[in-house]
This record gives sequence, structure tokens and C-alpha cells, in this order.
Amino acid sequence: MIKAILIFNNHGKPRLSKFYEHYTEDTEQQIIRETFHLVSKRDENVCNFLEGGLLIGGSDNKLIYRHYATLYFVFCVDSSESELGILDLIQVFVETLDKCFENVCELDLIFHMDKVHNILAEMVMGGMVLETNMSEIITQAEAQSKMEKSEAGIAGAPARAVSAVKNMNLPEMPKNINIGDISIKVPNLPSFK
Amino acid sequence: MALKIVKGSIDRMFDKNLQDLVRGIRNHKEDEAKYISTCIDEIKQELKQDNIAVKANAVCKLTYLQMLGYDVSWAAFNIVEVMSSSKFTYKRIGYLAASQCFHEGTDVIMLTTNQIRKDLSSPNQYDTGVALTGLSCFVTPDLARDLANDIMTLMSHTKPYIRKKAVLIMYKVFLKYPESLRPAFPRLKEKLEDPDPGVQSAAVNVICELARRNPKNYLSLAPLFFKLMTSSTNNWVLIKIIKLFGALTPLEPRLGKKLIEPLTNLIHSTSAMSLLYECVNTVIAVLISLSSGMPNHSASIQLCVQKLRILIEDSDQNLKYLGLLAMSKILKTHPKSVQSHKDLILQCLDDKDESIRLRALDLLYGMVSKKNLMEIVKKLMLHVDKAEGTTYRDELLTKIIDICSQSNYQYITNFEWYISILVELTRLEGTRHGHLIASQMLDVAIRVKAIRAFAVAQMATLLDNAHLLTGNTQRNGICEVLYAAAWICGEFAEHLEDPMLTLEAMLRPKVATLPGHIQAVYVQNAAKLFATVLQKHEGETDSQAAQETSQLLIDRLPLFVQSANLEVQERASCILQLVKYIQKLQQKNVEVAEEVTALFAGELNPVAPKAQKKVPIPEGLDLDAWINEPPSESESEDEKPKAVFAKEEPKHSRSRHTEVDEKELARRREARKQEQANNPFYIKASPSSQKVYDAPGVEHIPVVQIDLSVPLKVPGMPMSDQYVKLEEERRQKEKADKKKKEKKKKREKRGKGRKGDSGPESEEDITPAHHVDIVTEEMPENALPSDDDDKDPNDPHKALDIDLDKPLADSEKLPVRTHRPEVLKSPAEDRDDNTIPQETKKKSSKDKKEKKKDKEKDRKRSKEDKKKKKKHKDVEEELPESLPEEVVQSEETKEVVTVSSSAAAATVDSSSAAAAESEPEELKDTEPDDTKSSKHKKKKQKKEKEEKEKKKKKRHHHHHHHHSDAGAEDSVQNGTVEDEEPLPPMSNYSLLAENSYIKMVCDIQGNHQDESKVVVSVIFENKSDSFLKSMEFNVLDSLNSKLQRPDGAGPHDGLTVPFQLPPGVSNEARFVFSVQSIVMPQKLKGTLTFIVKTDESSTHEKLDFKLHFTCTSYLITTPCYSDAYAKLLESGDLKGSSLRLEGVNMPFHHLLARICFHHHFSVVERIDSCASMYSRSIQGHHVCLLVKSSDQTVSIDAKCDEPSLLGNVLDEIKQTFSKC
Repeated sequence: MIKAILIFNNHGKPRLSKFYEHYTEDTEQQIIRETFHLVSKRDENVCNFLEGGLLIGGSDNKLIYRHYATLYFVFCVDSSESELGILDLIQVFVETLDKCFENVCELDLIFHMDKVHNILAEMVMGGMVLETNMSEIITQAEAQSKMEKSEAGIAGAPARAVSAVKNMNLPEMPKNINIGDISIKVPNLPSFK
Repeated sequence: MALKIVKGSIDRMFDKNLQDLVRGIRNHKEDEAKYISTCIDEIKQELKQDNIAVKANAVCKLTYLQMLGYDVSWAAFNIVEVMSSSKFTYKRIGYLAASQCFHEGTDVIMLTTNQIRKDLSSPNQYDTGVALTGLSCFVTPDLARDLANDIMTLMSHTKPYIRKKAVLIMYKVFLKYPESLRPAFPRLKEKLEDPDPGVQSAAVNVICELARRNPKNYLSLAPLFFKLMTSSTNNWVLIKIIKLFGALTPLEPRLGKKLIEPLTNLIHSTSAMSLLYECVNTVIAVLISLSSGMPNHSASIQLCVQKLRILIEDSDQNLKYLGLLAMSKILKTHPKSVQSHKDLILQCLDDKDESIRLRALDLLYGMVSKKNLMEIVKKLMLHVDKAEGTTYRDELLTKIIDICSQSNYQYITNFEWYISILVELTRLEGTRHGHLIASQMLDVAIRVKAIRAFAVAQMATLLDNAHLLTGNTQRNGICEVLYAAAWICGEFAEHLEDPMLTLEAMLRPKVATLPGHIQAVYVQNAAKLFATVLQKHEGETDSQAAQETSQLLIDRLPLFVQSANLEVQERASCILQLVKYIQKLQQKNVEVAEEVTALFAGELNPVAPKAQKKVPIPEGLDLDAWINEPPSESESEDEKPKAVFAKEEPKHSRSRHTEVDEKELARRREARKQEQANNPFYIKASPSSQKVYDAPGVEHIPVVQIDLSVPLKVPGMPMSDQYVKLEEERRQKEKADKKKKEKKKKREKRGKGRKGDSGPESEEDITPAHHVDIVTEEMPENALPSDDDDKDPNDPHKALDIDLDKPLADSEKLPVRTHRPEVLKSPAEDRDDNTIPQETKKKSSKDKKEKKKDKEKDRKRSKEDKKKKKKHKDVEEELPESLPEEVVQSEETKEVVTVSSSAAAATVDSSSAAAAESEPEELKDTEPDDTKSSKHKKKKQKKEKEEKEKKKKKRHHHHHHHHSDAGAEDSVQNGTVEDEEPLPPMSNYSLLAENSYIKMVCDIQGNHQDESKVVVSVIFENKSDSFLKSMEFNVLDSLNSKLQRPDGAGPHDGLTVPFQLPPGVSNEARFVFSVQSIVMPQKLKGTLTFIVKTDESSTHEKLDFKLHFTCTSYLITTPCYSDAYAKLLESGDLKGSSLRLEGVNMPFHHLLARICFHHHFSVVERIDSCASMYSRSIQGHHVCLLVKSSDQTVSIDAKCDEPSLLGNVLDEIKQTFSKC
């Protein structure tokens, strides 16, 4: 079982948090802080597994994480999950995000947390892995956003226009913030079929 | 007005959306909290608007704020509203928010049952998908129970996308509602062979999770998994299956043998590291399970160790880590094969990665031997010095102590070395583990008698240098060591070379800065030392020195007498007085040494940690009996102030309090016993316990003998390194000696093959440097060996330890949506059987009770909101209105609280009853006998309902919403006595056809959502010993009624029954018929064809049947308020008819129950032996009955807007009663 999925940036700011067990908001924040603390002090070229010292669960649990550019993707899992399997899964997740957002960067995650949640929901459900096939995940996610668009229909058009205008007016646009793309290096682990 | 709407929609465009919120927060970095609080205010405004788009937008923003740590539970109701939007866009937002912030304590969750059910059966697969995803995050026991059947239906959905989600969520349902496991398991198993790989993977996933906790129940699936393993190409599935086998093999060694070959093949062939690694892991598990039976699997072990070595040597840190992890598993059973890689593991200790270092440390623990212990610990000590960061250093420290002390100091050959290691560890700055070192010192000094002299000398040095340890306040952890040092010096003072010096060291003024408990030990042991000094000096007839010692104590002890610590103060003043007295005696030249020593005579022995717990309770001792009858709480509050001022009537108060409490006490005692019985920490009286109270003497202590030579003495501060050298020399010498002496002997022994292979020096060759008695810990006699101490009774998986191979019993069927949800067999009761702790349930129900008031407020508010909108929503209808009443009743006993509140939750779906019948066409098959059992429930509930009704009459007539009463009714059933006898079992399933192979029973129900559809549920039961497959169900359509066939099928094609039937199994399928006119009953001819498959042959068989559509089957139980009912009758649109039944010999409530149950009526009102009833046909005809009963005669006056329908219904009612 996956106990929690966290995404935060190099400064520990949460970008996505999905807990598959209930915690109070305070505990959740504490877990995010603690996890960030544990993960961020590790060098780049050490292993991607961490154990112990966690608020979540007991000794059975492990943190499995990957660091991409400015973001940490952390999965907290118990012993029923394969460590390398989860690493591959994180990779699939990031590649899926990359496809859905077209060159994903931190800003995409910042402004479209709901979208990220929806994509994640096609991969992991209630702490269990639902789908590992990237093209299937993308198909389903896109079908749903298409539905969303068709529902908005003509009525949605003005709203979209306004939102575009808003974006134009804003001094603070993605280009001003120097955030590199999440560079994806496909590791030597072959992904799932 | 129109303008207003336009304006509103334009305004909305400029509402802040999620992106604006995020942007805003980023622009207000300095005053983020303030900005967010204004945003929350805005959101609250938006939530108050009627527009669902605005609401959804607000909820979406709340989801983001929730991630930032803001509590958004106050908006739970709005989230439910957004969830129930018909637009997918909003629905998804609602479900996402719910999945992020709903949990079992969220009270509005009970309002969602119906909405979720609706979404689950939505024609849009994404609606269903979103609902399933959301539900997976916040499913509660109530939701699980109510929705289990719906989800199970979805497991056979036509779309794989839904199937895989439904399969996966079943795991969550099982966890929350363990009773669903057995009914759902056959279908889950079926899904292992689903054509869609995603569904297959989901099923594997779920079964692996289940099997991991209770593997023995899933052994029977092994062949299936074996097949999957050899056929599947999906690495994810393979990994899961292989992991599952790892859990199964310990239970079934034969499985292991079969696995080795395919696994080895995979290891050689796969290119995926993840798969390779899991294979190695499982091979290890197999080998471990085989290790006892078959010794010769060294080839496989070698393969594993080799592969792991490759992993560990890999530059990829992840593989290195996993290699070490797997290595530690091999270590447990095959330490030899791992020990040869010691170099590699020690190398990993130098790794810069802490995770890897910790893993390597774990491995070291298992790798030590007598031979290499010193070397390994030396290496670790080096690391301790180098380590930066206290956590890792503390980890090292505990590991060193673990390694050395494991299995009763098995590997320590030289305890002097160990003591010096411990002393060296005390120099660690800032460690948290002072107490650990201290307890090791104490343990060794007490249990290894031979080492005491040495230990005492070392401790004396420590005490003398105490300032080194206490100099820094930050080193507080380490000063615990002084506790051990002082005690050892005092207890074994006879070994001290200069007790006077130590005594002086222990009474230094600086000691007063130590923690209280340490000072107390100092004071006490100073007295012991004093006794020793006296004894020493008395022999010498040197009274001067002895008197000086007394004076020293008298001078120094007052410092401790002033201590703020009670323990220190008390001991110090006792001892001070004692010493003063001794001084007096000394001045009179009286010999006191012997008496003083006698104060501390006797030996202390170590006691096993669990010894206290295992003392049997002597016969005749009742730990539960009161020693003094306690006064009741309320009384003591009342009486006390009285007693202070006036003592009149003492008799009165006493007698009263015993009288009043007698019952209460008995009850409490019972409750306490119950609690103790459930409490694992409570010692239970064992019937066999005898009176054994004479304490075992010292001579009874079992002593482990270890052979020995002469102890070494090294003066001064110890350096463990010295010992290492000395030890090596000693071993060399010994070896040389042995070689000379025993060459021949050894050769003979080896020739006999006592040891297969041994290194240059086998373990047995090393003799310990000491003759050591390791005193084992004391245990009380009669101690019962108990190893179940560490099982967690709260583990949710315990409830899932269910035998899955047993055939299903009727009582186990899942609750199906019915008009009356199941309340009789309350989940709380069920769960007790399944060992879910009762307390938690009760607690939660209590919580619920507490929350009810709030809920009610919520509901009222929401109701008002909605009425304004004039929108009809399911959520609203679900609100149980009978709450106040229910609470009143539930106060009767706790039991009732439990039942009624859980029933209240169940009520949620009762009002939406009608929706129950609607089944999407594609989901024709449901679990076999669900509906059957649900019928039983139905009828029981009905009975209760009537009882309730009666009760209500007795009170006031203010309440007629009988549907929502279902919950309270239950408490009536449990709590109060009703004079009416229980109903006989009833079923609506009637026999359709039967032959020697198969039996078909069916029930026909109208579909309220579609006025022209009727659902026929047929239960097929395989009566033969053969397998039945390819069943086809076909009906000859009439003009009026037609079987619904899938698109593209011809009008005469049969429908394939979507399952096969193994021998003895039954399953249910649903078929939808479309009907045009419902005023007349009708019969349809049909045929079932199927193939009977035996081992040798298969034959084609067929069975004809006649489907009888009665008019009753077009009626749907629909609730009706009495005022609406009255209006209906007054309207005059209805035509009347009447019926008289003679000789009906049954209680009135049975009669009503039968009408309700068989003819789908509901009771509107009942007064004594007269009741009004209501039902509605699928096409909206109202049917009203007035039933009166007197002296075996029942008259039914009926009204309906369709006379022929009414006539037929009455005929059918008549038939029902003529049958009995």
C-alpha cells in the first residue's frame, strides 16, 4: 500500500499532498515538513530510499523519492510495495505529467494542482496502484478533460477569455521566474509494459 | 430580473478562481496568512450563493488551502453539494475535495450514500470512476456496508475502466466491512483471469494485500497464481505475484520447491532489475522455508548471494541498498554464506549514504562470531569517533551494545574487554543512550560474577572522574552511567581496593548537581561503602580511621538532607541519623561493623523483564473483589460538605449508599471483568494455579556454565585495544598448545565428519578468557509461557482472517439496496464475531450521538436552503427526522445506542428506496442470494416499523415519517419489550422451474425510474455434480412484454447468463423486461439452455419455464405522508373496490407485514387493528388500502385510479392469504 504521496519543492513548499490515511491538517503539515527535512539533506547521488523517524505508520514504512530539478516526488509505502517498482512508478508519473502539461515545470504544478490530482487518480487509487501504463493514463485523463471542456461549452468561452486576459495583465508570469524544466532522465530501469 | 442573471454570470467571470488564488498568495509573501484569511471570507460568501459553478469554484480553492494546512472541514456540507452536481466538472471537484478532507469522523458523510450510489450507476463511466476514486479515500464502515453490493456489481461492468476501479476499491470495502469478503471473493477470484490486463492487475493487487496479512487463507489460489506467473508479461503484476509467493511459501514448503525453477529462470532472463530483485527475494524466502527440510540448496543460495553481491557492488546506490536489505534475510538462516562477504559489508559502513550504512550495520549484527566480534566492534568504535550527527552515532552505539549483548553475551569471550568498551562509550558527547550503557554495566556486573572485581575497579575510576562526565550540562544523557557506577561500587564494595577513596568521591559537593534519582543511589551506596570501611577497620583495631569515616559522612550528608528531591532527602536523613548513632557507639568502643553490614546483606539477582506479569494468581485471591465498597461518585460530592459541619444522620447516608449501589456495583463489576478479559495486559486467573509462595533461594537460580581460564588484569584506565591485542596473543598461544596436544584427536574427529568445512579456525576453538557464570534471569515458578503478548488487537486486518473456502451461508449475503435497509442484524453485532474491538464501535456510536445535535442543525439549515431553491435533491430526503426520539430511547442501554445509531446511518438510503430498484441494464448479475436475504431483512424491518407505529400512537400523533424511523425502530426491538410475536420467514422468490441439474427461482420487481421496465432477478442453483456453462436465457416475447436484449441482437435471441456454475453453487442474474400495459397480469414462456460438463463429456440440456408477471410486481413500495394520503383520498379521482377475507388466523401485524412484503405496500398509519396502506405502480397509479381486522375477518377497502389494476391486485392479495 502507498500511504502518502507528496510533492514539494526545494524549499519544502507543498505542491501536492495526497494522504491515503486520515491525518489532521496539522499532522499533515508536520509530516510534510519532516519528510522535507529528511529528504532535502540527502546528497544527489545517494540511494532513493529512506526509513525511520516518520510520523506515518511504523517501521514497516519507507520513503521512496526522486528529485527532479526543483521538485521532490516522495512516496511513502509499506513493505508490500516493491522499492524499484515504486521508483519506476514515480518515473511514469512524472513522464505522464510531462506529456499532459507539455514540458512540465514547477509552475504547472503550482497553478494546476487539481489537474495533477486528477492525473494521479488515474494511477493510484486509495493507496493502491491502479494503472502503470502511461498511454492508458493519458487517454483517460484527456478523455475527462475533453468532457469538462464540452460541458463548459460556449458558456465557458468568456470565462476562458477573462482568465487569459488576467494572465496577460499579470506582472508575474512564468517566464519571470527562473524555473527550469523538470529534466527527465530515464534511468536504467526499464519501465513496465 | 433577467438583467440580474446576466449580471450575475458576468460577475462570476471575475470571481477569483484557483489560479488567481495561487497567484494572490504568491504576491502576498509577507502577509500570506492575512491574505488567505480574506480569501476564506470570500469563499464563505461564494458558498452561500445558489450558483453551483460559484460553489464548485470555491470548493476547488478550499482544496488548495487544505493542502497548505488550513482546516476546511466546515465546508463539508458544501462539498457534498458540489459532489451531487449533475455536471462532471463540478462533481469531480467535489469528490476531489471530499477525498482530501473527509474521514470517518466527518458527519455529513452519511448524507453521501445515495449520491454515491447514483453516481456508481451513472451511464457515464467517468462519473462512476470519479465516485469510486473519491470513495476509496473516505469509505467508512457504514458506506462500505451500504455500497458493497453496488460495487460488487460494478466488478462485472462492461467497461474495463470501471471494472479495475471497482476491483481495487473492494480492498477498502473489505477493511471497513469484513463481512463482505466472503460473498465477494468468488467474483474477485474470477477477475484474476479478466481479459483486461488492468483489471487483472487490480485483482492481483487486492488479493496480494489480503494474502499478505492472512496468507494461509489464500493458499488455495497458489495454482492460479502459478499459472499467472508463468504467463503474464506485465512486470508490475509479476512483482506482486512473486512477492505474494514469498508470503505463501513459509506455509507450504511444497510450493517453494515448485517455485525455485521458474524463479531461477526469471532471474537469469529478466532485464528488469525490479523483477530480478523480487525474484531473488522470494527465492530467499523459499530457501528459508526449506532450510529445515532440505539441506542441499546451496546452489540456489550461492546464486542469490552472488546476485546480491553484484547488486551491492553496483554503483547505483539503490541497488546497493536493496542488496544489503536482501542479504540480511539470508543471514538469518544461512549466516555462513553471508559471512564470507564481510569485507564488502564493512566497506559499506564507510559509504557516505546513511541508509546504506544503517543497512550494513544491521547485517553486522548477524555476522559476528566469537572470532570476529572484537574486530568488528573495533571498527565500529572508529566509526563512532568519526561519525558526525548524533542520530547516526547513537545508532552506532546501540548497535554496538546490541551486537555484544545478543543471545546472552554469546559472542563475548572477554568481558574485561566489553567493560572497557562500555567505559569508552561513556566518553561520547551528547548521546541519548546513557541509560543503555548503564543498564549494560549493571547487567554484566551482576550476571558475570568473575568480572565484578574488574568492573568495580573501573567504576571506581569512573566515579573518581565523574567531573569529566558531568562537566557539561549537555551531556546529561551520559551521567546515567554514574547511577550504574555508584551502585556497582556500593553493592560489590568488597572488591574495592580503596573504599575510602570511592566513598570520598561519592560525597563530593558536586554530586548535588546530578539528577535526583542518581543522587539517591549515591547516598544509599555511600552507606554500603561505609559499612565496608567499618568492617575493614574493625579488624585492625584502629578506631581512629573508622571514626574519621563516620565524621566524613556526618559532615557531608547534610548537603543531601537539604535536597529538593524527596527520595534523596529521605535516604540522606535516615542514613545521617544512623551514622550519628554509630558514631556514639564507636566512641564507647562498641563493635558495630557486623550489625551495619547486616543492613546490606543478601544478594540481588536479575529478574526477567516479564517475570512480574507471569506470577500466577494464588487460589482464593479475587483481584476483582472490592476491598472497601467505594462510595458512588455523585454521593461523595453531596455528602462531604455535610460531614464537615454536621455529623447528624450518618446511619442514613451509609445505608442509603449500599442500597442504591448494589445493582450498579454488580453491573460495574461485570463491565470491569469484561474489560479485563479483553485487556491483553491484564493477568488472567488460571484455574490450575497453586499456592507457591516460598521464594526460591539463590541456589535455585539456574546458572549457565562457561569454561574458563584465569582473568587478566590491566591496571589503570582501560583501553579496549589492549584487550584485543592480549586476546589475540592468548588465542595464538592456545592454538599452538592445542595443536601440539590434540592434533591426533582433532584429525579423528574431522574424519568422522563432525564438521563439514570450517575455516582456518572454527568457532569452537576459541575459549573464553574467563570462566564466566552468566546468571540467567529469575522467573517465578509456575510462570506460564505466553508468547502472544505482542499481537495488536486493533489491527484491522485481523478481522479479515476469514476462511474463504467454506461455502457461503445465507446470513452472509451482502445487504442489497432495499426499501428498508438492514437494521436487525446490526453491524456492531456482526463485527464482534469478527474480533473487531467492541469498544471502538461503541465509542464511535457515542460520538455519533454527540454529534447528532449539530447534524440536525446542519440539516435544518440545508433543508431551508433547498426549499428556497425548490430543487429536489436526494440528500435532503435522507435526513432522519426521528432523531430526538431516537436519542431518548438510546439512553436506555449502551447496547441500544450502538444499534440504533448505526441503524440511523442505514436509514440514509431508506427514503430513496425507490431508487433501489433501478438497475442499469448492463449490470444484470448480482451476487446470488443477496436479494433473498434482503427480503428477510425487509420483512423484519417492517415488523419493527409496525411496532414502532403502535408505540407512536400511544404517545402522540405528531410523527408520520415512518421511513426515517427505521433507525429508531431497531432500538425498540432491542431495548423494549414488545408483546407481538416474531414473524415467520418470508420470501418473494418463487420457484420458476427445476430439473435434476438446475433450479431457478425468481423475483419480479418494478423499476421506478423507468415506467416501462421490470427487473426479473433469477437465482440459478446448480444441483448436480457437474459444471454448468454457456447458460442462455430466452423468453418468447408477447406484444405487451419484451425481454430487453443488447443492441444488435435479434428479437428471438437468448441472453447469455454472465456466469458459469460450479457444482453446488448458485448465482443470481437480472433480466430487464419492458412492459407497456400494467393493468393485467401476464405469463411469458421461456427456455433456459445450458451445457452440462462432466469430466468425460458434456451434454446440452434445456429447461422450460413460465414467467408470471403479477400486477403486484408492477407496484413499488413508496412512502407516503398521512396528510398527502388524506389529500389523495379526498381528491375523488380514485375508484373504489373492496375485499373480504374470512378465516385469516394471524396477528394483525403479520397480516400487514405480508401485504407490505409480498405486495410492495407501505403502512401510512396504523391505529389498533386498522391500518392505511399505500403503494404506487411503476406508471404512477396510486393504490390505497384501508385494512381492518376483527375476529378472523379482514376487510380491505381499496382505491385506485385504475380499476382493473386494483381488481387484479386485490385478487392477488386474496390469493396470498388463501395460501396460508
